Amino acid sequence: MPLIEVKNLEKVFYTDGVQTRALNKISLIIEEGEFVAIMGPSGSGKSTLLHILGFLDRQTSGQYLFEGKSFEDYTEKELAKIRNQKIGFVFQAFFLLPRLNVLENVKMPLIYSPIPEAQHDNLAKQVIATVGLSHRMFQDSSRLSGGEKQRVAIARALVNNPKVIFADEPTGNLDSKSGETIIEILKNLNEKRGHTIILITHEPKIAERAKRIVQIKDGRIDSDKYLKKS
Amino acid sequence: MINPKQALKTALKSLGANKLRSFLTILGIVIGVGAIVLIVSLGDAAKTIILQQIEGLGSKTIAVLPGREPKGPTDVAQIFSDSLKKRDLDALTKKGAIPNLSKIMPIVFGGESASYKNETYRFTLMGVTDLITDIFNLSLEEGTFFSDDDIKNKASVVILGHKVAEELFNGFSPIGKKIKIKNRSFQVIGTLPKKGQVSFFNFDDVVLVPYTTAQQYIFGIKHFHRLFVAADTEENVDQVAQDIKRVLRISHDITDPEKDDFFVHTQKDIVERFGIITNVLTLFLTAIAAISLVVGGIGIMNIMLVSVTERTREIGLRKAIGATNYDIMFQFLLEAVILTVIGGIIGIFISVSLSFLITVVLNQTVAIGWKFTFPLQANIIALLVSASVGFIFGLYPAQQAAKKDPIEALRYE
Repeated sequence: MPLIEVKNLEKVFYTDGVQTRALNKISLIIEEGEFVAIMGPSGSGKSTLLHILGFLDRQTSGQYLFEGKSFEDYTEKELAKIRNQKIGFVFQAFFLLPRLNVLENVKMPLIYSPIPEAQHDNLAKQVIATVGLSHRMFQDSSRLSGGEKQRVAIARALVNNPKVIFADEPTGNLDSKSGETIIEILKNLNEKRGHTIILITHEPKIAERAKRIVQIKDGRIDSDKYLKKS
Repeated sequence: MINPKQALKTALKSLGANKLRSFLTILGIVIGVGAIVLIVSLGDAAKTIILQQIEGLGSKTIAVLPGREPKGPTDVAQIFSDSLKKRDLDALTKKGAIPNLSKIMPIVFGGESASYKNETYRFTLMGVTDLITDIFNLSLEEGTFFSDDDIKNKASVVILGHKVAEELFNGFSPIGKKIKIKNRSFQVIGTLPKKGQVSFFNFDDVVLVPYTTAQQYIFGIKHFHRLFVAADTEENVDQVAQDIKRVLRISHDITDPEKDDFFVHTQKDIVERFGIITNVLTLFLTAIAAISLVVGGIGIMNIMLVSVTERTREIGLRKAIGATNYDIMFQFLLEAVILTVIGGIIGIFISVSLSFLITVVLNQTVAIGWKFTFPLQANIIALLVSASVGFIFGLYPAQQAAKKDPIEALRYE
């Protein structure tokens, strides 16, 4: 059973009576352990796809199976639990809470998990070490650089040890050097720890670091190819 | 799902990030709760004092007042009716008319002034009998009380209250001296010790004369202002009160009790009536204070709605990392309840301090034995009410927060 299976997925938005087809009959299979870059120009529907894959949004028609089950098989609470424990999100705009320090931001998903509070600090410290920010542990998150913020966001996505990490243009707001660090961390997570990574980007240089590139254009899959590993 | 301890931490952190706003938000609750607790505690203290005054009358005492019983503001003039006369006194004291009657005292009173040499002083003059010593538990400091003969003969004798004696005689013994009231000479036969307020009368500031003397030579009236009747035992008070009504109706030719031109109060009646009045008053004032609680609640709702809008992205993020709708709702509801409970605690603290201060000031200025009370029950209720205000007015904003679509919320700038 593949981790993610998408069949004839369609998403239609209605704004002021105008119909926009964001996704048009997308079919895609992603196995556990893959590192997929989804590319496409802005407005091509790649973010919409990611939101549906992450159970933040629902398709208009077609089928999406996560571990063989669709959102209809879950209650609202169970979907929240999947987002909490099987999925990690990394956003272009980081979305850290400015009044919390690094440790508190990273611990946030844990308060919605069944993990006992006594273990929260340890788990958070481990993932903060993974992204190399142990020295920033108690710093207010609003006083970090962009690259550091995104590393905190990755740590937060990792803290519940999810199967899959969805990263929506994680390097979009960063300079190339910080972007390089971020992509290196994601690559490591995929290769050394087996997390499935699904990454959205429009930068070919970033996409090339993945194992597979899916091109989306006007809501359809334009190409889907596996890269030779060097 | 979030555990309550974590939720509490999260809520406190959010509120702490906006200290000034949080404080201003709860001001309405502080004022509302403070006003309610203050009204209740001052009301309790006032009630205690007035009850003490009423009980000063003695539990065997029955008061008979002239006029129709006042049922509203327009009836007040009836109190000054002249319907109680000598023939009523005779009817009541006739042998066998009221078996359980022990003693009866007519009373007339009014403001008067007296002079001795160059000193003049104003006081309350009371025309009474020696029964006044029983009813108000009085004793004499010096001299003797007037006798039944003095009453019969309308003797010109007076007993001075402590302060009256001091003002007129500057510390010398007044016994045997003559003072002038209404240009008539009265001989001082006794003085009262320092006594203070007893049952609405300040006995330091009174002059006692035989009621017959007061009627004829001072007030020039033929009626009584009150009749005080003592029953033989406490158990017979109600029976005596019934008998008094029966006898007076016969004496006044009244068949329809609705047309009574007198009314009878036992101590129990007064306490009950007074209890109703203070309860209505407290309820009324509390209702007014409750309005400020509602206004405060609306303030909470307003600020919570602003807060929900401001934190739209936070809500989106929390949902993306695994918060359920319930978690989000619980968090915002908890913030509202924490706000109002803190407001309630501050309100209680302020009102209790104020009540204490008022006690101290009152006792230093008028010395009426005002007691500071901490109305525990009212405080607990006030806290519960403020928590419910937070819950009720926080519910809608919390629902708005929980309803937010995570995608929309994350896109919100």
